[in-house]
Amino acid sequence: MMLQVSSSPHIRDNATSQRLMLDVIIALIPAVIASVWIFGAAAAIVIAVTTGTAVIFEYISRKVMKRYNSIADLSAVVTGLLLALNLPPTIPLWMAVTGSFIAIVVVKQMFGGIGHNFVNPAMAARVIMTISYPAAMTRWAVLERRIADSALLENSESIHAVATDLVSTATPLYLLQNNSDMPSYLDLFLGIKGGCLGEISIAALTIGIIYLVIRKVITLWLPLTYIGTVALITFAGGQDPLYHVLSGGLFLGAFFMATDYVTSPMTRKGKIIFGLGCGLITAIIRLFGGMTEGVSFSILFMNTLTPHIDRWTIPVPFGGGVKHAKG
Amino acid sequence: MLKFSTFSGGVHPKGNKNTHFYPTVRLDQFTKLRIPMSMHIGPPCECIVKPGDYVQVGQIIGNPTAAMAVPIHSSVSGTVKQVRREVASNGRSIEVVEIESDLKYTWHDSIKPPTITDQASFIQAIRDSGLVGLGGAGFPTYMKLQPPPGKEPDVLLINAAECEPYITADFRQCAEHPDEIIDGTMQVMKYMQISKAIIGVEDNKPLAAEVLRNEITKYFLAMNIKPKIKVVSLKTIYPQGAEKMLIYSLTKRAVPSGALPHDVGVLMLNVSTVRFISKYIKTGMPLVRKRVTLDGSGLNLPSNVNVPIGALIPDVIEAAGGLAEEAGKIIMGGSMMGVAVDRLDVSIIKHNNAILVFGKKEASIPDETQCIRCGRCITACPMHLMPTNLDIMARNKDFEGLKQYHVMDCIECGCCTYVCPAKRYLVQSIRNGKAYVRQQPAEEVSKK
Repeated sequence: MMLQVSSSPHIRDNATSQRLMLDVIIALIPAVIASVWIFGAAAAIVIAVTTGTAVIFEYISRKVMKRYNSIADLSAVVTGLLLALNLPPTIPLWMAVTGSFIAIVVVKQMFGGIGHNFVNPAMAARVIMTISYPAAMTRWAVLERRIADSALLENSESIHAVATDLVSTATPLYLLQNNSDMPSYLDLFLGIKGGCLGEISIAALTIGIIYLVIRKVITLWLPLTYIGTVALITFAGGQDPLYHVLSGGLFLGAFFMATDYVTSPMTRKGKIIFGLGCGLITAIIRLFGGMTEGVSFSILFMNTLTPHIDRWTIPVPFGGGVKHAKG
Repeated sequence: MLKFSTFSGGVHPKGNKNTHFYPTVRLDQFTKLRIPMSMHIGPPCECIVKPGDYVQVGQIIGNPTAAMAVPIHSSVSGTVKQVRREVASNGRSIEVVEIESDLKYTWHDSIKPPTITDQASFIQAIRDSGLVGLGGAGFPTYMKLQPPPGKEPDVLLINAAECEPYITADFRQCAEHPDEIIDGTMQVMKYMQISKAIIGVEDNKPLAAEVLRNEITKYFLAMNIKPKIKVVSLKTIYPQGAEKMLIYSLTKRAVPSGALPHDVGVLMLNVSTVRFISKYIKTGMPLVRKRVTLDGSGLNLPSNVNVPIGALIPDVIEAAGGLAEEAGKIIMGGSMMGVAVDRLDVSIIKHNNAILVFGKKEASIPDETQCIRCGRCITACPMHLMPTNLDIMARNKDFEGLKQYHVMDCIECGCCTYVCPAKRYLVQSIRNGKAYVRQQPAEEVSKK
């Protein structure tokens, strides 16, 4: 009789890294559907391209580096999806592929693969792309406003009839900075505005967020501190805080990008510090910066601080933990 | 709304208390027994019998050589077959006395109720009884009864939390012998001069709490005084029964790092330990039998059995219904903290409270993957440590880091490994880290 001998504990929870990644994918599905609904086939193509290439790049780079095949952990799918949701629907596909390469090969695999990247791969790719292709990355579009609000709410059949032409438009934050006419709160919430694929429909993102919280994949400490800080500072700066919260990539960034396990602090205190830092930087960039987008830069910056935050927030052990008594 | 007492951290493994309503069955048919000379955490006892000797139930066969040890008694009547050294599951070499039972269970002449008049004779009697903490740690009980001067406990806590999945031995103890539990508790309170006691029971065992409460009411009504013992319902969460956690849940006192319960004025005993004290004072029969839960997918039927200490695990399993399939893993103790044995001829020892037999599927160990820094181990750690950091430091033999992250505070409860989605062997690695720290010179360890 062969007996298995191993160190305790002898039972394990059902949670696996793969299942957590699958949960994030499930949580992003409403946002994916919303983006395809709002932007049409162009969005579907961008999502398919970044997700597909992310998986392919993951496979190839693991193979080249002679490491075990890791595509089954689904983390590449998450990165590809998040990257797509951070791109405008009009992005040339070769640029999308470049972004996917940066995220998976440069940021993730070159640093050791899952668990070892020091910044969020999708976020880093988006920032590098914004700097490299500023024009293409800021050419925002919305469906031609033949999707009248009334048709949207009253007659669902007419939605299928609307044209899927994309027309250029400015993002709400750009409009805000230039004192132009701005979409209503409801438009912002539903996603009838300019922006990236995934960041525009707060309603769709919220469904995903509720799912993640119920499944205990994320806690709300980090994103709520983040959003609260942005609201507070923009309010203090004399602007409409609700507008800032609902527009731009704040929801996507706070709930799906900043909460990335690998690149955010592990303790509750650390998560709050991280949220405060992100909120502060985002608000300052939005209030005083030349660019409208503070979310990407703030998260990327705080990612690099994460190891330090973890070190500052070592929890006090139960009972005080002062002695290092031998034995 | 009832507020249940608890601590922060912990996990919720599936209870699997399949044996809840299985009354304890006494099994006696064991002919070959092996009694190891080390069934406590201190140094092993010195064997005082030799092959050919006839021994009887309760006769001393091993004498303690140091303070942290208690005598070991024969659990059967019969002939000593051999005394030999064996490698125990912890890797140490220990002496084992093999006895062939005549199945008569005749008591040794020395068995008579102890004469207890004061605290000193009470503590001496507890030592003579061979009693160790029956919750699983094997700490000699009489040592617990001797706090340093000035640290006399003001409260007695009785641990009936039984937070380990599968195990119901303590629950059965409460259900079957509530009178002796209350009596044992009163005896300890009387001789240790403690004026109040709290029995902690997890709220998944309402029957145990009810039975004990009834017994307390009955006992104190008969004496016509205000009850000095109360039963507190605890939140069902692992490791509620861990010493430091339970003390905090019941009294909100936190035992500091490296300190003992008496440092916060607490004496804590397991519910089976106090029940034994009651029985010993009445009969004088030392600790020679043990109630264990048998469970796991590998068994035909789960059960609670009362067996002589030294009975071999395969014999016990056979007597209790046998194996359903080929065993993949046999665990002495619970599924969270028990020790997996590497061979079958291991015997039931004093602080065994369960034998779990896992089938091949349940026994399989998941492959380790990379840490994704989800932080679940940190949330789960009842000691508020950072297990994933300790894991990396232990693997890298980072002595300074291990100290900075308080490795020695780890109680090895297994919560971190249980929740880890990357299936990392955190506790195993942290144990190595602790062993590594212990190997370092003392002055290096204590240096901040």
